[in-house]
This record gives sequence, structure tokens and C-alpha cells, in this order.
Amino acid sequence: MDSNKPLAIDVKNLKKSFNGKPAVRDVSLSVRTGEIFGFLGPNGSGKTTTIRMLCGLLTPDSGSGTCLGKDIIRESQAIKLEVGYMAQRFGLYDDLSIEENLSFIARLYGVSNRKEVVKSTIENLGLTKRAKQLAGTLSGGWKQRLALSAALLHKPKLLLLDEPTAGVDPKARRDFWGKIHKLATHEGITTLVSTHYMDEAERCHRLAYIADGKILVRGTDQEIIQSSNLTTWQVRGENLSSLMEKLQKLPGVDQTVLFGNLLHVSGKNADLLEKNIAPFRSSYQWQKVEATLEDVFISLVPNNNFDNHTD
Amino acid sequence: MILISWQRLLAVIVKEFIQMRRDRVTFAMIIMIPLIQLMLFGFAINTNPKYLPTAVLAADQSDFTRTIVRSLENTEYFRINPKITTEKAAHKALALGRTQFIVSIPPNFTRDLLRGERPQILLEADATDPVATGSAIAAIRSLAQQNIFSSLLTSNLQFTQYYAAKSPIELVVHPAYNPENITQYNIVPGLLGVVLTMTMVVITSMCMTRERERGTMENLLATPVRPLEVIIGKIAPYIIVGYIQLVLILLASRFIFQVPMQGSVWLLVLVSLPFIAANLSVGLTFSSLATNQLQAAQLAMFFFLPSLLLSGFMFPFYGMPQWAQTLGSILPLTHFLRIVRGIVLKGNGFSLVWHDLWQILTFMVVAVGVGVKRYRKTLD
Repeated sequence: MDSNKPLAIDVKNLKKSFNGKPAVRDVSLSVRTGEIFGFLGPNGSGKTTTIRMLCGLLTPDSGSGTCLGKDIIRESQAIKLEVGYMAQRFGLYDDLSIEENLSFIARLYGVSNRKEVVKSTIENLGLTKRAKQLAGTLSGGWKQRLALSAALLHKPKLLLLDEPTAGVDPKARRDFWGKIHKLATHEGITTLVSTHYMDEAERCHRLAYIADGKILVRGTDQEIIQSSNLTTWQVRGENLSSLMEKLQKLPGVDQTVLFGNLLHVSGKNADLLEKNIAPFRSSYQWQKVEATLEDVFISLVPNNNFDNHTD
Repeated sequence: MILISWQRLLAVIVKEFIQMRRDRVTFAMIIMIPLIQLMLFGFAINTNPKYLPTAVLAADQSDFTRTIVRSLENTEYFRINPKITTEKAAHKALALGRTQFIVSIPPNFTRDLLRGERPQILLEADATDPVATGSAIAAIRSLAQQNIFSSLLTSNLQFTQYYAAKSPIELVVHPAYNPENITQYNIVPGLLGVVLTMTMVVITSMCMTRERERGTMENLLATPVRPLEVIIGKIAPYIIVGYIQLVLILLASRFIFQVPMQGSVWLLVLVSLPFIAANLSVGLTFSSLATNQLQAAQLAMFFFLPSLLLSGFMFPFYGMPQWAQTLGSILPLTHFLRIVRGIVLKGNGFSLVWHDLWQILTFMVVAVGVGVKRYRKTLD
């Protein structure tokens, strides 16, 4: 990524509370033009609230910044014209047809050649024969595709996608990411996307991890993994869950994550970790591996304390 | 085979109670609606209305005429308004529905009475609502049959002889606006206001809440559309719906129920607009208070019920106690009913309609203000 490009999103110290409960405590983000920026974090960490503040749906309690060079507080109306937003929930009308939904959105944005734009959008979706079908009768994957097309009708420069692939099958998810990358490469569209999927996180140019309303870490996936100073051992063998229980009690073992037939044992202090796992080395296959994003993110929220969540 | 598992049944029942308790608005309605109904039906509603506003035009003043006035008041059906003294003012009050009766005592009443000529007394009644005036007219009729002056003139032998067989006065009753006492004349035009209130409030409160409940509001607000555009855009189609209802009811009123149209249809169409707008604004306010469509429907009911009962649609307005009349005067339906009945049955023009129209306009302005303010709040 060329770091000299202007910033599509540049916000500092955003804060937002609901009824005295802080949802976003202090968020600063800078997203470069043409970049696909992944926004990760546990449920209720403030991802949705942050995205809503960026597209003018919510006014921040404090903080400032720009979106596409426009002030997020004073120029939210101008920002809306150039931003495509996809909410977590399907935001189109179940009781309007595919065509009527697109036509409605196109009208709101004042898209010129509305009829042709809607027609070609439906063609590109491959839904020409189902144009008159009610949107509510579509499957989850098709709804998501339709919602993305609707968000792109007015040719936005920035896409804000809030967990766009939640509940969508792997094939549809892959197609979706293919499309996002194509938009970034060919049309220079910037995307800020929140997700819970690690494979999706790896497809982003840069990432930020938010927990409890604060950004804990940011950078490319490699930068994040390296900065974590996490040493990870991958263990293969029989009866890994009982091994996991034993390992968890040892000093130097900060976290253990079971991935089916593999166990990841990680710790910040590499020497202490290696010393303490030594007694178990003989009965299992141990291999030192690079920590994955998932290891890093889990290590960022050590005590998954439910009480801290606002959701 | 056991068809019902008590444990499972209990699980469902317990769950329903928990949800009922969580939904504060619904819970409040479960308590409030019976209470309101009790208050309205128990205290406010009176099918035998008493103390009806009455104007007395006495062209002759004597102990005899004062006796008449006192006797009227003693029946408890008539409450005489001493402020109305001229014929013009009395007839305006009758046209506006501010007074229910005008009692006219002719000049030379006392002289004719003493001569034994049985002078006439004219009772003009606003008969648009036959129920409201029926008992009072019966009361004055029985009054006219008695010799109400007996205590005044026991010494006057000649007088006692005159009126030994018949009553000393002749009562002429003139039921104005609805001489045949046809109930439909009152109900059918009134229904216009009731139907408009019901549909307008219910529909708007639901259609905004639906948008939020289904999650489409968020998407809508992320587009450049402004709140006022959403509000007006959502309300405008229902104004047209309101007018379709208006036309349907007016046609039915004319051709099915044969209700005569004394005034201007165009005036009625014009003055309906602020009434429709006022109800839509109430719906808008409810939609910003309710979190789901069920709540919205209940809030609409909460407004509709007093409107129906306190406006004078179902029960005579002046039969209600003062607090209920005051409450009823706030509701736009009360004034709209007077306007509609005024135009349809009395042929009232704009200058008379205005007396009720400004109250609807005031209500509308307040409701729009509250509605828009509340609505904007929900966005953040």
C-alpha cells in the first residue's frame, strides 16, 4: 500500500455512550484510500457504534475527524452521498421486489439514468428473471448480494460494511470478498469491514482490533503477529483436551486454543514456556509455529470477562 | 397417550408472563385501559344528560317569567347561560353547538297570561343529537302542563278559574336542524371524524414502528434522505387515504342514509385537512414512543378510546361532568364533530366553523412539534 495516498477515514478520539454506558471509549482510525481495512473485535466491543459514527448515523459525544475529507460532525450529509453502508441486519424492504428496492435506493441518492442502472445491477447479480420477486423471499446469501449491490448503486468512494458475511455460506463469502477486492483494485474504492472470521481478516490490507471500546492493536496481519511477541507451539497427538487442562495450569502458558486435532499453546515469555512444556514433549508431536491472528486476538482479551461487555 | 405435558405447558405460560412483564408499555396498557374505561363509562358517560346549556330570551320581565326560568332550572335539565341575551347571540350559539336550547318568552307575556289568553313559549332545540335533547324536552313539556304559577296567584280567583282545566301557557317546541329526530343524521356525519381518527392514528403509529422493528430504518437513515423528508413522505400517502375515506363516507351519508347536506362540501373537504394532519402527528408521536408494532397499536387505542367516548360522538357532550368536558375539549375529534355536524346539518359557513377550527389547528401545531422533536431524538 502506498502510504502517501490521502486518508479515506481519519478520525481521532471518538467517544460515544448510551444512557451513561460507554460503547466507544476512545477510537482513532486512519484508513488509506483504496485500502481494505478489517475491523475486528468481540461482540459488543464498539465496532457497530464506530461504523455508525463514521457514516453519520450517530453523532459522537466527543472526538473529531474526517471521512473522505469531510468533517464527520458538520458534513455528515455530504458524507452520506459518497458512502455505501451495509448494516448487520438486512436493511432492504422484505415486501418490495428486488427491482423496487433498488429503484427506491437509487431515487434516494438521485442516481442519474436510474432505470438503466437498476436494470444493469439486476443483470450483474444474475437476477433478471427474479427481478419481480419480493426481497423477503430471497435466501441469506442472495439478500447479502442484493444489499451490497444496493450500497454500490450510487458509486460510493467508501464502503462501510458491518459484519456483511455473518450467516452467509463459504461460497457466497468467497464471491463477496472477490468483489470487494475487485472494487479496490479497479475502482479504488476504500472498504472498512467488520468481521469475526479470521480468514476474512487475512484478506484485508490492514486491521484494527477493538475491545471494550478501545483499539488495542492495528497494522497488517504480519505486524500484528510480530508485535504480539507471542511464541506458539503446535501440538499433535491423542487426547489433546486433557493435555490442554494440564498445560493451562503451568506458568508461562498464557493460552491454549484447540483447533480440532491441533492444540496451540502460546506464551509471551518464550523461555519460561519452553521450560515448562518440556515434560510433555516426549508423548506428543510438538512444533514451534508462527502465532496465528486468532492466537493473537484471543491473547488480547485475556480474561474473557463478560461483565465488561456492553452488548 | 398423554396429550398435554403439564411441565411443558407451564414452561410456555411462565415464559409468556415474563415477556408480558418485560414489555412495559403493554403491561401499562393492561392496567390503564380498564381503568380509563371504568372512569369514562362510570363517571363521564350519561345517557340522561342534565344541566344542558340553555339561553333564555325574555322580552318580558315579571314575576311570572322569573318563575318560568326558575322552574326550568329546577327540572335540572336546563342550565341557563345569563350571558346570552340577544337573539343573534343565541342563534349563533345554537349553530355552534355551544347552547342546546333557546327559550323565548314573547313580549306582553304577562299581560296575555293575566287575560287568560294562554301565551306561547317557544323552545328551540339543537336536535342534531336527539338523544341529548330528548329527556330535556320531555321535562319542559310536563312543566308546561302544570300550573306553575299557582303559588303566585292563589288569591286571584278569576285566574284560577281560567286555568282550572288547562295549563296557563302553550309550549311550542321547534327541533332545529333535525326536525324528524333521525339518529342517523347525527351519527353518520360524526362517523367521518371517528373513522379518520382511528385510521390516521393507527396507521402512522404502525408504519414508523414497522420500519424500526424490521431494521430498515437504519439503512434508510444511512442514505442522504433527511428526517423531515421521511416524515412528510410517510404521512402524505395517508392524507390521500384519509380523503378517500372522507369521500366514501360522504357518498354513503348522502345516498344510503339520505342525510341532507346543508353546507358546503368544499368547506368540509378543506377543514378536514388540519384534522387529518393533527391525527397523523399524534400517530407520529406514538411511533417514536413505541418500540414495536403491538405497543404502537395499544398507544393508538389509548388515544382512540377517550376520543370516541368524550367527544360527544357516542354520548351527549354536555351530559358529561365538567372535568370530562374539559378533557374532551382538548381532543380534536370533539371540535371536528361540531364542525362536521355544523356544516352538514346546520349549513354553517367558515366564520362559524372557525370557532372550532382554531382549536384543531392549535392541537395540530403542538402535536407536530412534539412528534418531530421526539422522532428526531430516536435517530441518535
